[in-house]
Amino acid sequence: MSLTEFKILNTIMGDVLMKKLMLGNEAVARGAFEAGVTVAAAYPGTPSTEITENIAKYDEIFSEWSPNEKVALEVAVGASIAGARSICAMKHVGLNVAADPLFTASYTGVNGGLVIMVADDQGMHSSQNEQDSRCYARGAKIPMLEPSDSQECKDFVKEAFSISEKYDTPVIVRISTRISHSQSVVEMSERIEYNLKDYVKNPAKYVMMPAMARKRHVEVEKRMAELKKFSNTDQFNKIEWGNKEIGVITSGIAYQYAREVFGDASYLKLGMVHPLPDKLIKEFASQVKTLYIIEELEPYIEDYAKTLGIKAIGKEKLPVVGEYSANLIKERLFDKKVESKPVTDEEIPIRPPVMCPGCPHRGMYYVLKKLKLTVTGDIGCYTLGALPPTQSMDTCVCMGASIGTAHGMEKARGEDFRKKTVAILGDSTFIHSGITGLIDVVYNKGNSTVIILDNSITGMTGHQHNPTTGFTIKGEPAKQVDLEKLCNAVGIDRVRIADPFDLKEFEKVVKEETQADEPSVIISQRPCALLKSVKYEGPLKINPDKCKNCKMCLSVGCPAIVDKGDHVEVNEALCVGCTLCTKVCNFDAFEKVGE
Amino acid sequence: MEKLNIMIVGVGGQGTLLASRVLGNVAMKIDKDVKVSEVHGMAQRGGSVVTYVKMGEKVYSPIIDKGEADIIISFEELEALRWIDYLKSDGTLILNEQKIDPMPVIIGKAKYPGGIVEKIKNNYKNVVTIDALNIAKQCGNIKAVNTVLLGLLAKSTSIDKEIWIESLKENVPPKAINVNLKAFNEGYSN
Repeated sequence: MSLTEFKILNTIMGDVLMKKLMLGNEAVARGAFEAGVTVAAAYPGTPSTEITENIAKYDEIFSEWSPNEKVALEVAVGASIAGARSICAMKHVGLNVAADPLFTASYTGVNGGLVIMVADDQGMHSSQNEQDSRCYARGAKIPMLEPSDSQECKDFVKEAFSISEKYDTPVIVRISTRISHSQSVVEMSERIEYNLKDYVKNPAKYVMMPAMARKRHVEVEKRMAELKKFSNTDQFNKIEWGNKEIGVITSGIAYQYAREVFGDASYLKLGMVHPLPDKLIKEFASQVKTLYIIEELEPYIEDYAKTLGIKAIGKEKLPVVGEYSANLIKERLFDKKVESKPVTDEEIPIRPPVMCPGCPHRGMYYVLKKLKLTVTGDIGCYTLGALPPTQSMDTCVCMGASIGTAHGMEKARGEDFRKKTVAILGDSTFIHSGITGLIDVVYNKGNSTVIILDNSITGMTGHQHNPTTGFTIKGEPAKQVDLEKLCNAVGIDRVRIADPFDLKEFEKVVKEETQADEPSVIISQRPCALLKSVKYEGPLKINPDKCKNCKMCLSVGCPAIVDKGDHVEVNEALCVGCTLCTKVCNFDAFEKVGE
Repeated sequence: MEKLNIMIVGVGGQGTLLASRVLGNVAMKIDKDVKVSEVHGMAQRGGSVVTYVKMGEKVYSPIIDKGEADIIISFEELEALRWIDYLKSDGTLILNEQKIDPMPVIIGKAKYPGGIVEKIKNNYKNVVTIDALNIAKQCGNIKAVNTVLLGLLAKSTSIDKEIWIESLKENVPPKAINVNLKAFNEGYSN
């Protein structure tokens, strides 16, 4: 909705429109909009993705999916130096990718306000680790805010731009899965008309080479001292006095859990977690009888409190692993366990995520498993190939790691091992940071075989465009990276394109390329079955007269094909009719439903 | 109604998110504070999914803990069994009689538990079962399972039916609204 539309609607509907139920991520987007942001850049990553998807809905903001988080932050830094308010967003591991510009943007400071959104994933709902991003704020000497619900997401992001400009620093706003993906009520206001700040050449501030950076580091330290004073005011760090028998220092989502555990106790709710407010913490601690520090992951606040000589109960009883809940805190601190009479003694089968019915990756995994290859993997839906029934992935470290890992294996174990190894990664992951691995293979005389899974979309994060899809975040047509030509250009002479559902041909191609005495790329091309443009002909069923119960169809590992012991069934509610199973059935037993 | 904790559980892809959004919207309309906690990303790919909807005068944690749910809507039988610990002893389970085999069962490494409804009924007295898949099919769209279940839920709360319908209209794309209204009414009158 444009600002004008918003104003008109607002006039018509009065207060009604001003309140909306929003995901934390959507509220962040709203905050950026209201703050007058004009440039936003991000790479998708759960739980941060919907921040930028929602920003893209505002016509006033240029927004983009960048190839990776490092580029996204650089774009935001550039926009800030040019005088605009800019924002970039990423998940916690994305901040690792963006760490290089992060640490130096701390030195350059800003012109227009610059906000970096980072979403941690306590409990690893959809991540490969659960690192604590607060450590980055401390390391990079950048102030960090931490909202605890959607309203604060919006308010803090908006305020972060003022802090950024006032203290000449990027500001990180840290959220987490339960903030990003929880909806709560948000009161909206209008967009600030923000005028671009003047752009003036200033190499002493924006060209970071030793002579300049030495001076800037001094500025950074001065700024942080000023920010510490600010942190001790009550704008973000608030004492909520209650019963003084118990005091709780907490922040972010942990505050919400703490409120349910400690009820009418006193709270020091930290909205600014870097720099931490020394005076406020001391004052609060001195006035309560028993002090608890409630924070997920690292003892970040607790360690700081200890340096102030403050004793508190925290990580000695509470875990540094996983996410908290009110119950978990009660259990660990007060030994209060919730008892319930179990409904059954039998083991309840787990339900891990699986590749969807119709998933193009399934055909590829069928072949890789059959050929018993070592598979260095990567981050995406296809990581699920590590789980049963495919169980074909050997490694998965981080975005883009598959190619470097395969190359390292080859250099360690030699040619014979290499001929039984492939690296696999998605199209978006390849552009993110796989391409540099491929250049390394070519340059350093490797012979790895790389399979790029070109499914025409960024899948796992929920269908975002990327440089290979030919569309921007706003759905506008864009130049499309030609993967074949790109691979050719970096020195790969053997690039093959194969359909993973043509099992025979795909197997032949994989065999040929792994045996070749030079590096090669196979582009496994078939669109994600969840794309609207993909139309399969509807569910199949098994003709019991033809089926010999040989169970070959189970080898494709489709969740819609179920082994009932004495027979095999298709779950019609799940089957999309991709027909991959028909290619392994020797008895022609699959038929379209209704025929 | 002082506080109402509702959990929506099912299998990724069954449409649990829409149900929770409609519910959240309903809470707003009756002027309650509300938090809706969803699952996105990897777990959505056919995995076990759970959404928490909490409403009341003031809601802090977005998460519902064991023994705290007033109502659980389960889109699938095994998922009801997995999450039933979260129901208050006098809470209500709304159960869609649909079975989706999880991968360990599909590949013969585990058995899909039998007699789930009876087992749950032994410990909980308020269990309502419905064949929402079949009703959705009859309404013209197999995907309207979520709206059938919402209809049934609506009936078991004291919230005005019109508020539910309004919220449904605001959360369903215009072209799907007729099927969904039909499905909602079927669930409501079940």
